[in-house]
Amino acid sequence: MATLQSTTKPSGLNQDQHEALVGWLMAMPVIVLLLTFLIIPFFMAFAMSFTNQRLISGNPTEFVGLRNFQDLLTIQLLTLDPLVDETSGELLRDETGNLTYPKLRDYTRDEETYPQYFRLQEWFSFQRNNSITYVLASDVVFMIALVNTFFFVVVIAPVQGGLALLLAIMLNQKLPGINVFRTIYFMPVVVSMVVVALLWRFIYDGSNGVLNTLLATLTFGGFKPVDWLANPQTAMPALMAMSVWQAVGFHMVIWLAGLQTIPTLLYEAADVEGADWWQKFRFVTWPGLRNTAVFVLIIITMQAFGLFTQVDIMTRGGPVDTTQSIVYQMVQRGYGKYDISGGSTISVVLFFIVLAISLLQRYLTREKN
Amino acid sequence: MDTGIKGRYFYQFLALRYLLLIVVALIFAFPLVFMIVSSLKPDMQLLRDSSSLLAFVPYGDLSLDNYVGMFNRVPFGRFLFNSVFITATTTAFSILFSSLAGFSFAFLKWRGKGIVLSVIIATLIIPGETTAVPLLFVVNSLPWIGKEGLEWGWLNSIHVQIIPFIADSFSIFLFVQFFRDLPRELVEAARMDGASWLQVYARVIMPITGPVVATVAILKFLGMWNQYLWPLMVAQSEEMRPLMLGVAYFFQLDVAWGEVMAYLSTITIPVLIFYLALQRAFIESIASSGIKG
Repeated sequence: MATLQSTTKPSGLNQDQHEALVGWLMAMPVIVLLLTFLIIPFFMAFAMSFTNQRLISGNPTEFVGLRNFQDLLTIQLLTLDPLVDETSGELLRDETGNLTYPKLRDYTRDEETYPQYFRLQEWFSFQRNNSITYVLASDVVFMIALVNTFFFVVVIAPVQGGLALLLAIMLNQKLPGINVFRTIYFMPVVVSMVVVALLWRFIYDGSNGVLNTLLATLTFGGFKPVDWLANPQTAMPALMAMSVWQAVGFHMVIWLAGLQTIPTLLYEAADVEGADWWQKFRFVTWPGLRNTAVFVLIIITMQAFGLFTQVDIMTRGGPVDTTQSIVYQMVQRGYGKYDISGGSTISVVLFFIVLAISLLQRYLTREKN
Repeated sequence: MDTGIKGRYFYQFLALRYLLLIVVALIFAFPLVFMIVSSLKPDMQLLRDSSSLLAFVPYGDLSLDNYVGMFNRVPFGRFLFNSVFITATTTAFSILFSSLAGFSFAFLKWRGKGIVLSVIIATLIIPGETTAVPLLFVVNSLPWIGKEGLEWGWLNSIHVQIIPFIADSFSIFLFVQFFRDLPRELVEAARMDGASWLQVYARVIMPITGPVVATVAILKFLGMWNQYLWPLMVAQSEEMRPLMLGVAYFFQLDVAWGEVMAYLSTITIPVLIFYLALQRAFIESIASSGIKG
C-alpha cells in the first residue's frame, strides 16, 4: 500500500487542513451538480416569474413585477342586475320569458370605465334572486387546471393511502406463498407510467375496450358501454382509477414495513385481553402506524400534485378541459410555447401550494402531548 | 368433535382468504397479461378479442410478426442504446458521487459541512416538476466542448439527459444515514494503519455498503429508465431519443395496436425480469425509502 504518512504531508498542510481539503473535494461533485441543476433553477423560477423571459427571444428580458401572477391568478366577481324597462319600471324578458342582463363584453372590454374587469373571461356564473353573478378569471384554463389538480389530490390521497393499507394488512398474514402475492401487487410500480397510460387507453376504449367488456360480462349484458376518456364525466375518475392501480403497491410496501415494526407481543397481549379484530386494529395497529401514516400521506400528496404523464398520454387535458392539470399547463407554456416566465410562474405557484399543504399536514398530524 | 368443526371453519376461512388474495392479484396482473398476449396476435384478432374475455387468452394465429413490424416503425436499436447508456451512466456516476459525498459528510471534518448538508436535506421538499422549466433555461445556456470546439446550449443531446440527474439529495441522504450508523472505529483503525482517506473509502467502507448501493441503483434505474417529461422537452432529434419517446411513433396516421403492444412489451419486459430476479432488493429499497424518509 502506498502509504501517506498521516502526520507530515508533502503538501505542507497539517492533518486537519488535509482532512478539510479531502472532505471538500469528496463532496464537491454533488455540491456543484446540485447547485447548477437544482438550487439555481429553483431560485431562477422565482426570478423569472417576475420577468418576460422566453427560451429564445430577440428582445431583451424585462422586469415586469407581479404581472405574470396577475395574468395567472386574478379573479373578480361581477354581479349584474337584470335590465329594466325605463318607462314601465318592469323587468325586461326575452321571447322565452328569461330575464335579460347587460352584456358581459361591455364590462370586460372597457378599460377606462372598468379597469378591474378588463380582459377577464367568464369562468362560471350563478344566479341568485334576480341578479346574476359572474366569476371572472384572467386565466380560465389555469383556474380549471388548479381545481382539477386539487380534486385529483383530495380523492387520491385517502383512496390510495387507504387501499394501500388494506393490501398491506392482507399481505401481513403468515400464509404459504404470501410473497408471490406481494410480488404481483407491487409489479405495476416498476412499469413506466408511459406504458401504463397507453395500456389503459386501450382498456378504457369506448368501442373495443376491455373494461366495457368486463363490466358487460359481470352484469350479464346490463352495462351500457362508456367511452371513458372521451366523456367529461368519466375522464377524470378514469385517470384516478388508473393512477391508483399503478402506484398503490408503492405505498403498500411502506405500510407493510410499518406493520412489521409492531411487536407481535402487543397482539398476543390483546388476544389475552380478548380483543376482537377491530379493537386490535384500533388500539394496537393504528397507533403503531402513526409515523408511517404521516409519511404516506405527504408523499402521495406530493406525487399527486405532479399529475402530468397520464394527462399527456391519455387525454391531453380534454375532454372540455376536465383533465387539465397544473403541471400539464406548466409544460404547455414553458416548453410548448417557449414561455419560460409563464411556466416558471406556474412552478412557483405549485411550489407554494405543495409547501403550504405539507406544512398543514405536518401541523394537523403533529404529536399531541 | 370440537376440533373437527374448528378445522372445517379454519379451512373454509383459509380458502376465502386465498380467494381474496387471488382476485386482487388478477386485478394487478390483468393489464400486463393483456399487453403481452395482445402483442402476439394480428390486429384483426386483437380488436375482435378485446370485446370479449378472449383478450386475455393466447390462442389463434400467434406470432412474433408485431415485433418484426415494430422494428420497421422505430429506430429501435438507437433508442435502446440511448436508454441503456443514459440509465447506466447516470446510475454509475450517481452511486460514485453520492457515496463519496456521504462518506465526507459522515466521517470527515471540514468547515461548512453542517450547512451544506442541511441545504441538501432541505432540497428534498422541492418537487421535481417545479424546476423543469427553469432547468430547461439553465441547460440552454451552458457551454459544452463538441465536435466544433466550444458550443453553447445543451439542448438536443445525450449529456443533457444524464448530467442534471447524477446528483440527487435523496441518494446522498441514504448514504449519510448508513455511514453514520457504522462504527467510527472502522475508519479510525484504518487511518492509524496509514491508509489514505480515499483508501478507507474504497477498501474499508464501500465493500460493506452493498445494501445502500443496491437501493440507490434500483431507485435510479427505475427513475431514469421510465423518465418521460424531461426527454420530451430536450430530445428534439430522433438520434437523441430514449425508448419512452418511441411510443409516439405508433400513433401516426394508422394505429397498429399489435405493434404498440409489442413495443410496450419490449420496453417493459426487461424491467419486469430485473424486478422478478431482484424483487427482494426492489421491495426493500422502496420500503427503506419509506422508513427513513
